Amino acid sequence: MKKTVLLLVLLVFLPGALLWAQQPAAPQGDFVPLSSIPQTEQLPAAPMVIGAYAFVWVALLGYVWSLWRRMTRLERELADLQRRVQKHEGS
Amino acid sequence: MTRIFVPLVIIAMVMFAFAPLVVASAPLEQTMGLVQKIFYFHVPSAMLLFVSAFVCGIASAIFLFRRSAAADRVALAAGELVVLFGLIVLVTGPIWARKAWGVWWEWDARLTSSLLLWMIFVAYLMVRRFGGPGSEKLAGAMALFGMANVPFVYVSVNYWRTLHPKTSVVMTLAPGMRGPFWFSVAAFTILYLLLLTLRKRLEDRQAMVEQLYLAVEE
Repeated sequence: MKKTVLLLVLLVFLPGALLWAQQPAAPQGDFVPLSSIPQTEQLPAAPMVIGAYAFVWVALLGYVWSLWRRMTRLERELADLQRRVQKHEGS
Repeated sequence: MTRIFVPLVIIAMVMFAFAPLVVASAPLEQTMGLVQKIFYFHVPSAMLLFVSAFVCGIASAIFLFRRSAAADRVALAAGELVVLFGLIVLVTGPIWARKAWGVWWEWDARLTSSLLLWMIFVAYLMVRRFGGPGSEKLAGAMALFGMANVPFVYVSVNYWRTLHPKTSVVMTLAPGMRGPFWFSVAAFTILYLLLLTLRKRLEDRQAMVEQLYLAVEE
């Protein structure tokens, strides 16, 4: 008799217990103040700001350098061609 | 142009030297703190990305409808600057997002449409570089398509649900943030004009070299 009652109780409560276990966690009711978060979970802002700023400089200086390199090559090519045209016109 | 160019270079150098001090003097934002300082070079770069896309699109339209070689050279110069400023936006944005949102990237309307805009102009440059003869016309049409995309990228934050701040954030800046922000915008705009002029000059020289090659062959 005891076994039957225990079995019935299990049959009644087990599905409910399983459903309860599958429920998502309760939604966050309020925001946690920043000071209570452990130090290990905090991302430092300064390296990110400096990293982003450094990237801007690298991108801009890299582009200026690429312009200067292309301009130098073209000027050399232009001078060579002008020399060839003048030589051709002279002969 | 040379008379304005040198003073502009000096002004830009002075402004960029003082920019970190000006940005540091701006007050910290209440919820984001120090990382919000990225705003002072992320947003001016985004503004110039849009401006450059418009310059490239309009110059391409002039080239396509009036066959102006000079307009085509302006379009190419502006197209390259779209990619440069777009790269700055797409790198500094995720760095800011990692700290502010907890993720590097979110596939929402603003971020995805910005990436697509940048990719259109990367494709524009690739067509110009590897497309062979006549590719400038195809690239010109791509630039028009890219320019048409800009208003959608701009308003995307107002119409779709996104983590990105809305367009109103610039107009509602706190008084202490307004000065440093517009200082940064001015510095970046002067730099943009200088780079556009230099890049256009490079294309003018390239055209001159091509004409001389033809003269030598004849």
